[in-house]
Amino acid sequence: MRLSLNSRISAITALLPALLVMLVVYIGATGWTVWMSLTNSRMLPNNNFVGLRQYEMLFGNDRWITSVHNIVIYGVLFVSLALSIGFLLAVAIDQRVRAEDTIRSIYLYPYSMSFVVTGLVWQWLLNPTLGIQHVLRSWGFEGATFDWIVRPETAIYCLVIAGVWQASGLVMAIMLAGLRGVDEEIWKATRVDGLPKWRVYVSIIIPMMGASFATAAVLLSTGVVRLYDLSVAMTNGGPGIASEVPAKFVMDHLFERANIGLATAAATTMLITVIAVVAPYFYWRTRKGEMR
Amino acid sequence: MTAAAQPLPAARRSKRMTPARWGLYAFIFITALYFLLPLYVMVVTSLKPMAEIRQGNLLALPVAPSIDAWVKAWTSACTGLTCQGIKIGFLNSLRIMVPSVVISILVGSLTGYALSLWRVRGGNILFGTMMVVAFIPYQVFIYPLVRVFSFTGLGQSLLTIVIIHTIFGLPTMTLLFRNYFASLPVELFKAARVDGAGFYQIYARIMMPMATPMIVVAVILQTTGIWNDFILGLVFAGRDNLPMTVQLNNIVNSTQGERAYNVDMAATLLTALLPLVVYFGSGRWFVRGIAAGAVKG
Repeated sequence: MRLSLNSRISAITALLPALLVMLVVYIGATGWTVWMSLTNSRMLPNNNFVGLRQYEMLFGNDRWITSVHNIVIYGVLFVSLALSIGFLLAVAIDQRVRAEDTIRSIYLYPYSMSFVVTGLVWQWLLNPTLGIQHVLRSWGFEGATFDWIVRPETAIYCLVIAGVWQASGLVMAIMLAGLRGVDEEIWKATRVDGLPKWRVYVSIIIPMMGASFATAAVLLSTGVVRLYDLSVAMTNGGPGIASEVPAKFVMDHLFERANIGLATAAATTMLITVIAVVAPYFYWRTRKGEMR
Repeated sequence: MTAAAQPLPAARRSKRMTPARWGLYAFIFITALYFLLPLYVMVVTSLKPMAEIRQGNLLALPVAPSIDAWVKAWTSACTGLTCQGIKIGFLNSLRIMVPSVVISILVGSLTGYALSLWRVRGGNILFGTMMVVAFIPYQVFIYPLVRVFSFTGLGQSLLTIVIIHTIFGLPTMTLLFRNYFASLPVELFKAARVDGAGFYQIYARIMMPMATPMIVVAVILQTTGIWNDFILGLVFAGRDNLPMTVQLNNIVNSTQGERAYNVDMAATLLTALLPLVVYFGSGRWFVRGIAAGAVKG
C-alpha cells in the first residue's frame, strides 16, 4: 500500500522518540562508555587515550576478580536451581491437583516483589543471632549452624537462596504453559505403551520443551548480569568484599570511588559478555523463524 | 510466544488418593511452606515488640500483637538524615510511577503501532536493535545518561526519572504492542485507510480501543516494574524524589545502633504492598504479562 505524504510524516514523527533513544542511548551512550574505558578518566571524563590499560588494571583488581568469581557461582547455581525447581513445581501442578490456582499464586508471588524487599527479608531470615539458626537451636539442635551470611566464603550462596526463592515461580509459570501445550495424544500413546510417568517426563516431555527451557534460561541469565539490588540490600557486598558483583563494581567506581575509566572498562566487559551470550540465542531464534 | 496456561482436558484427571498422590501433595505442601515462610516471618516480626523478637522464636506468633512498628515505619523511621518514615518514599514512588506508566505505554504503543502496521524504512533495524538492547545491563548506559541529563539542565529530577523509565520500558512496551497490532486482521486497518482516516486517527480511534487487553497487561508490567526499581531511582530521581525501595534500603541498612527489626519488616511489607495487591488482584493477567514479556527472552 502506498503511503500518502501526510501519513508518512506522521509515522516518522511517531517514531521520533524511539529514533532519539536509539541514537542517544543505544548508540551514543554505549559508544561513549566504550570510549571512556579506553581513557584514563578519573572523577571527570577526559579523552586521554590509554589503550587497554584500564582493562589490565581491571583484571588485576581483586574486587573485580571476586565480583566475576561470584557472578559465575551465582549464575550457574541460580539458573540451574531455578530451572529445576521451577520445572518440578510445574510438573507437580500439572498432575490435576486440587486448588491449582491457589498453589500457583503461592509459588509465583515472590516474583512480584522487588529485589530490595527479597534481599531484606532473607537478610532477616538468615540473621545468625535471631534468624533460622536461632530457631533450629531453640528446637534442640544445639550445634546447628546456619551463619552463611556472615561468612565470606558462603555469603554468595545466600544471594542464590534469595534469588531462587524469588524467581522459581517465574520458571514454573513458563514451564506450566509449555506442559499444557503438550499434545494429549502423546500421553495417550505412552499410557498404551505402559511407560512409567517419570520416564515419559525425562525421555519425551523434557526434550519437547526446549523452547520453554531456553526462554526461561535466557530470562534468568539476563537477571544474573543485572544482579545489583539484591547484593546491595542483602549484604552490601560483604562481609568485606565477599559478595561483590560486577554491576555493583561499576556503580561503586562510578559514583563513590570516582574512577570512571575503570568503571566503564568493567561495564564494557559486561556488555561484551552479554552480547556473546545473546547473539547465538538470537541467531537460533531467527533460524527457527520465531522472531515475528 | 508462550501461551498462557490452559486448563487440562478431562482425560488426564485421576483423583484417587494413591501413595504417589500423597507424595505429590506432600511435595506441594512443603514447597508452598518454603515460598510462604518469608511472608509469614515478615508479618509476625512486624507485629512483635523488640523485646519479644530478642527473646522469642522467629516463627512464633506474636504474644501481644501491636501495630506500633507499622506506625513508626510509616511516620517516623529514619532514612539517613531525616526521620519522617517511609511515607515520603511511598509518595515519591507514586509520583514517579503514575506519569512513567502512562508515558511509557503511550510512547511504546505508538512505536509498536508505527512499526507493525506502517511500513517504515529501517523499521526492522530499529526494532531489532531494541530487542538486543533489552538484554544489556543498565551499567553500560548509566554514566553517559547522567552526563546528558546534567548537560540539558534537567539533572536529577522527577522529569528525568520519568524519561528514564520511558527509555528503559520502550523495548518491552514496543514489543508488546507491535505483536498485538500485528495479530489483528489487516482488513480492519485497510478499511480505515480507505475511509480516509489518518495515522493518528487510526491509532486513537481504532487501534488503542481494541488493544485494551494489552493495555491492562502493560499497566501491570510497568506498575510492578517501576515500583520495584531501585537502581534507576537511586541514580536519576534526585535526593527529594528517592523512591520507596531506596528509602527502604536506607532505613534498614544505614541504621546506627541497635536495629529495630519489627520496624524494618513493617517498612519492607509496606514497600511490597502495592506489587502484592497488583499481583493478587490481577490474577491470571499477571501471568499473561510475564508470558508477553517473556517473548523478548
